[in-house]
Amino acid sequence: MNRSVERHRNILDFALSSLLRRKGKNVSLWVMYTLVVFLIAAIVFYTHALKREAALILQGAPDIVVQKMVAGRHDLVPVGYVEKIAAIPGVSAVRPRLWGYYYDAVTGANYTLMAPGDDLPGPGAADIGSGVARTMRVTEGDFLPIRAGTGAPTLFQVRKVLPYASELASSDLILLSEGDLRTLFDFPRGFATDLALTVGNPAERATIAAKIAGQFPDSRPILNSEILRTYDSIFDWRGGMMVVMLGVAVLSFVIFAWDKATGLSAEERREIGILKSVGWETGDVLLLKFWEGAVISLASFLCGVILAYVQVFFFSASLFEPALKGWAVLYPRFKLVPDVDPYQLAVLFCLTVVPYTVATIIPSWRAATVDPDAAMRS
Amino acid sequence: MTSLAVRKSTAFFLFTLGSAILLALLLLDGRYRPGEAATMREASRIMIEKLQLTDLCLFTEARYTRHPSMADLHSAFQDHPLALDHFPSGSLTTPPRFRRERP
Repeated sequence: MNRSVERHRNILDFALSSLLRRKGKNVSLWVMYTLVVFLIAAIVFYTHALKREAALILQGAPDIVVQKMVAGRHDLVPVGYVEKIAAIPGVSAVRPRLWGYYYDAVTGANYTLMAPGDDLPGPGAADIGSGVARTMRVTEGDFLPIRAGTGAPTLFQVRKVLPYASELASSDLILLSEGDLRTLFDFPRGFATDLALTVGNPAERATIAAKIAGQFPDSRPILNSEILRTYDSIFDWRGGMMVVMLGVAVLSFVIFAWDKATGLSAEERREIGILKSVGWETGDVLLLKFWEGAVISLASFLCGVILAYVQVFFFSASLFEPALKGWAVLYPRFKLVPDVDPYQLAVLFCLTVVPYTVATIIPSWRAATVDPDAAMRS
Repeated sequence: MTSLAVRKSTAFFLFTLGSAILLALLLLDGRYRPGEAATMREASRIMIEKLQLTDLCLFTEARYTRHPSMADLHSAFQDHPLALDHFPSGSLTTPPRFRRERP
């Protein structure tokens, strides 16, 4: 046992010396390898954590949202629907939601305007999200200008800025009283944007949605589970897009690794020839090449994964921000709760370490089986 | 005379072990001491419940990106990755600085 361990250690010592002899080439390979692992790991960590965040946060979303459809687009829903829907067995509460969007030409940002059910700001007052406060550079007590539907600017005094901690939900919100919101945009009385339903028994949600769709053929009920599924699919394909973009980087790395692994340099062939001529067996040479590959790939894997973890969970994935922000002026500041499972790490390991190590051994096996004299002369 | 130099294999094992321990500590720290991120999650969950919100405020550049779960069924961006999408949330280009027109 000890002899076997000692043999491996001796060969590893030799492999490390061999790698250090070609320091420039191997360090650049290690840096590139680490970068690729870092990028793939960061995307996997980020999308997985964001999906989990959405799933946990949006559990508090309405059980069912009912929209009215006109010619395939959603329209204002008559408040008269409330009574009829509330009468459906299983529906605990129906709450009309009044909300819309506001594009601010000065800052170029889009905001979500809403009249909340409870804790309404008084007339002429507004509660704003932290993102709005940041973008418009206003704080509590300041005046917030909003251009009404008629084009006339209206000033609202900021009553409070919503907690910074809730940015992921409320960053772009401007909460107004119902009267102010209706007046601003000439919102017709007796209509709401949509209806939020509370259903006592989660198992009944689908049945109730079917009943609503039957009773109101122009309506579109959206279940809480569909909201969650939307986010699941969005981050899937967002992750997918990122992976496609990274595919190019990975491919270039594969070509580089393949070139290194398949085409042994004349120096390496000569080294193998010398080792065989001084008594090394083919198995020893293969073990040497295995350790060379394992040292590079294992060190790159560990460094890449640690850097990705720090980037995503300590620096809030700031590298991805320009991509996710797109043309939006307002972007929330938030931190993700770390959520990495062993399965993710195992997949990353198998995708990065195993192929490189195997690709290093094959050409060495071919070189190690030829006559040492021929290897040294080649 | 004994040499004080550490064997290269020992140095490599120490490096690997150190990195593995650091990674394990990071994972354990994230799992059992999520800190500010957990507070933010809870605050967002309460806000969603209180205001009966339906979506995360992640992409504010257009209606269908701000509230993807409420958007029209036929909105671009929801169908598949190669669907024509006017906004670059689905791609990686940056906007021209002078863009100020109404979306």
